[in-house]
Amino acid sequence: MTQNKINIQSYIKIENNEIVLNGTSVFKIEPTDFTDFAKQAYRNFEMQYPKFFKMDALSKLAFLGSELLLSPIVSTDPSDSELAKQKENNIALVLANKSSSLDTDVKYQESISDKENYFPSPAVFVYTLPNICLGEISIRHQLKSENSFFIFDAFNTDFMSNYSEILLNTNKAEKVLCGWAELFNDNYKAFLCIIDKEENEKYKNENINTLYHK
Amino acid sequence: MTKEIYITQTNCITPLGFDVASNIEAILRGDSGIQLHNDISLMPNSFYASIISDEDINNAFAEVSSETKYSRLEKMMILALEPIIKNSGVKLNLKTAFILSTTKGNVTALKDHSEESFNNAHLDVLAKNVADFFKFQTQPIVVSNACVSGILAVSVAKRMIQSELYDNIFVVAGDEVSEFVLSGFNAFQAMSELPCKPYSKNRTGVSLGEATAAVLVSAEAKDAKIKVIGDSSINDANHISGPSRTGEGLFRSIQNALKEAQIEANKLDYISAHGTATPYNDEMEAIALNRLDLQNVPVNSLKGFYGHTLGASGLLETVIAIESANQNIFFESKGFDELGVSESINVIEKNREANIDFFLKTASGFGGCNTAVVFEKIKIQT
Repeated sequence: MTQNKINIQSYIKIENNEIVLNGTSVFKIEPTDFTDFAKQAYRNFEMQYPKFFKMDALSKLAFLGSELLLSPIVSTDPSDSELAKQKENNIALVLANKSSSLDTDVKYQESISDKENYFPSPAVFVYTLPNICLGEISIRHQLKSENSFFIFDAFNTDFMSNYSEILLNTNKAEKVLCGWAELFNDNYKAFLCIIDKEENEKYKNENINTLYHK
Repeated sequence: MTKEIYITQTNCITPLGFDVASNIEAILRGDSGIQLHNDISLMPNSFYASIISDEDINNAFAEVSSETKYSRLEKMMILALEPIIKNSGVKLNLKTAFILSTTKGNVTALKDHSEESFNNAHLDVLAKNVADFFKFQTQPIVVSNACVSGILAVSVAKRMIQSELYDNIFVVAGDEVSEFVLSGFNAFQAMSELPCKPYSKNRTGVSLGEATAAVLVSAEAKDAKIKVIGDSSINDANHISGPSRTGEGLFRSIQNALKEAQIEANKLDYISAHGTATPYNDEMEAIALNRLDLQNVPVNSLKGFYGHTLGASGLLETVIAIESANQNIFFESKGFDELGVSESINVIEKNREANIDFFLKTASGFGGCNTAVVFEKIKIQT
């Protein structure tokens, strides 16, 4: 098959109470727990999406990152829905992490462990799958596109580059939002980037691995 | 030219048998793995599910290894992989990858509060335990994408071999019936009071099941059982816990998979569908199939035999569908009585002779995910 080099167009990092977009710190607060951090970030960027507060922590993390990367390139204005229908965004979503949905799994397990205090909730159970965060992003941006969630013991940047490249080279996607979205309790780290076949001078000498470790 | 991709080895571990041949015999007899269970460690009330006996797993495992450190699911996965790795003769070198697909893995380990047990609940640890048993040289790849995991793993394997990263990929898929998933589906009121009845008028929900399945996806045509010719996995972008009313994601997944396969929809001879027997899922599938003009193609759901085996289902049902194609038989869609979806589909009511050149496997799951893969029967050179 024809090999085209993949190009990073933009990237975001979320860790240690800070959000860094394309290398620039855009939001930073005093140390706090993840739920509070996520809420403050949502308010800071004036995101208008009340469903955010129903999400589990992993989905909130992936949502925050994807929101800042996708908003500039995807129209989410409902009045543009006719336009959106005509011009669809074929942006694949490929995320990975180490802890899967264990943050919510543990909470759900607690709800069924004590037979005297047994309260399994469907609203919690649905988040006991790591790919739910992909569904949340797809719904938000109306991405009827390829999506898959992978688990590794550490961010496998080679796999992520290779798999994203395959999606672009086989025309299964025009762009790929890919990366690492890891969260358990208050330990979190997200690195997401948007890649496509267009050359981008800005990150010409970078790849997923170098940016992730920067 | 794009590389041709084959499945050359298959196996499955289910309540109906610990190899493919015994599973097919059981299906032909009309046996089902779904039984009534009374086990308060799993559910407060009695429930129907397709469960493998611990004794059968332990006896079979003892013939493979005397190690006692493996979890029940790990044993089931090792049992699925062991004969196909051996039979294939494929060297486990840097050109051989290992993909493990599951939704919940060793989630039962969360019942115990020790640090070791918590560690074992991690899917990368599960994958490493299974990979190390066989001494794979490459880092395991875990696909965890709800109920499409097993069939999505075939699609991921195909793509990676086509891009020449690997020559061979062993894929295993597995999930267990646990208190965790039983209580969750029950909380959703998605469980059937009786053995599940996919596509039927009186269907009320799923019966859960457990199984493991394994295949070898290869660029090597020798011993090929089937060719993988197109695939796609498109999200509904509609709802996280319910399917799209228009079947949009499934519709598009099938459309893309057929396009890549370069065949028209009318070339399909058989569809191995998802058919969980929940009211919404089966209805959504019927709508998607009608939108593609596939309403007359013989279709079945194997959930009536195995229950919904979650992440294992897509791969297990592919393994059985491959036998269907190669043995020229349509298997009945067990549990089906009267059509209960609003748009007509051609549900296979009885085992009968078939001529299957091309078939489609589909799956859909929570998070709005869908996967479709098109397979082509290997023509015997005369």
